[in-house]
Amino acid sequence: MVVKCEEVWREISNYLDGDIEPDLRLAMEEHIRGCQRCTAVLDGTRNVVQLYGDERMLEVPLGFSHRLQHRLDENISRSRRRGFLGWMVAAAAAVLVAGSVEVARSSIFRRPELRSEHAQSGTGVPPDMLVVVSTAGKIFHRSGCPFIHDKAHVQTLTARAAMREGYAPCIRCMKQYLVAG
Amino acid sequence: MPEERTSLTDPAEQFNEEMLIRRIRDGEHDLFYELIRPYERRVYSAALAILRNQADAEDVAQEAVLKALKHIRQFRAESRFSTWLIQITVNEARMRIRKHRAHMIEPIDDHQDEEGNYTPRDFADWREIPSETLERKEVRQKLAEALALLGEKYREVFVLRDMQHLSIEETAKALRISTASVKTRLLRARLMLRDLLAPGLGGSWSSKLSFEKGTKPW
Repeated sequence: MVVKCEEVWREISNYLDGDIEPDLRLAMEEHIRGCQRCTAVLDGTRNVVQLYGDERMLEVPLGFSHRLQHRLDENISRSRRRGFLGWMVAAAAAVLVAGSVEVARSSIFRRPELRSEHAQSGTGVPPDMLVVVSTAGKIFHRSGCPFIHDKAHVQTLTARAAMREGYAPCIRCMKQYLVAG
Repeated sequence: MPEERTSLTDPAEQFNEEMLIRRIRDGEHDLFYELIRPYERRVYSAALAILRNQADAEDVAQEAVLKALKHIRQFRAESRFSTWLIQITVNEARMRIRKHRAHMIEPIDDHQDEEGNYTPRDFADWREIPSETLERKEVRQKLAEALALLGEKYREVFVLRDMQHLSIEETAKALRISTASVKTRLLRARLMLRDLLAPGLGGSWSSKLSFEKGTKPW
């Protein structure tokens, strides 16, 4: 096998890396022995690889390691703090949720204790509907209901507030909101 | 004679590294610096190869290390930790360069035809630059200047392969290019550096290095 200068230049890198077929290697060596230019190419390329491959070429600026370590430490501490803070927030949120649930249970989801044990709580009463109660009474009514007792001491409030205070809907004027049966 | 390349990681170090990774994944983040310490110079030089600016390179090196810590669980043991770390660094540096491309000087040969044959400059012989001269800062500086003159795609291949001693496959993986591209770019990078460093050569490349006759540090 005979190779030309161009082929030597094209393969010089693979030659230096030992990544070449034995036949081609021999042919290249044969050529290089008799070619001053290719000898200079091989010597120069080998010199380049040796020089740059030296550990001393991997220089870092003064204080590089210290600054890197410092930034890493800072980052680790910050994420720890964040983790702790996150844990605290999560814990606080859990307490808050538990508290809210308790409040909700006591005020919204748990039906308020009715002022009258015989009365029946309504369903679907529009919470913002204005109703009338007598302070000493146990029932809330639509305004104008003839069955309001003690009209001297009535007050107007929302159905929501009335129910929260244990008033029950009037079986007459609020009949539609009472469960049948 | 072909250049022999040896693995930088022996089995004991490899085992130690795996142990460290396991412990860090389990929450011992303080050990992370110990894990990356052997590679910190490589991380920096990979960033510098792409960015050609020391301040940016240091910042990107730090960002890459933090990112590696953050994503340590995503590291898969089938590749070397160092390759994975360099891959992150390359990505970070490339992102930075894209962000600031407008402010950076375009390398002189980015638009050259990668596949075209490169003709090395002709001169009678090569005057050896001895390794001992690397003790001198000005020699290292001149070599770094020559490297900075290469286009980005040549620089990054050369740095990973010839300075960090990654294999062809690892270099390809880190840069997300084919092994054929690694070989082509590596050949050209080596030949271009040879021409840039050739003593007594007054070509366009070396004139950019301001290597006046008789002022070469070697």
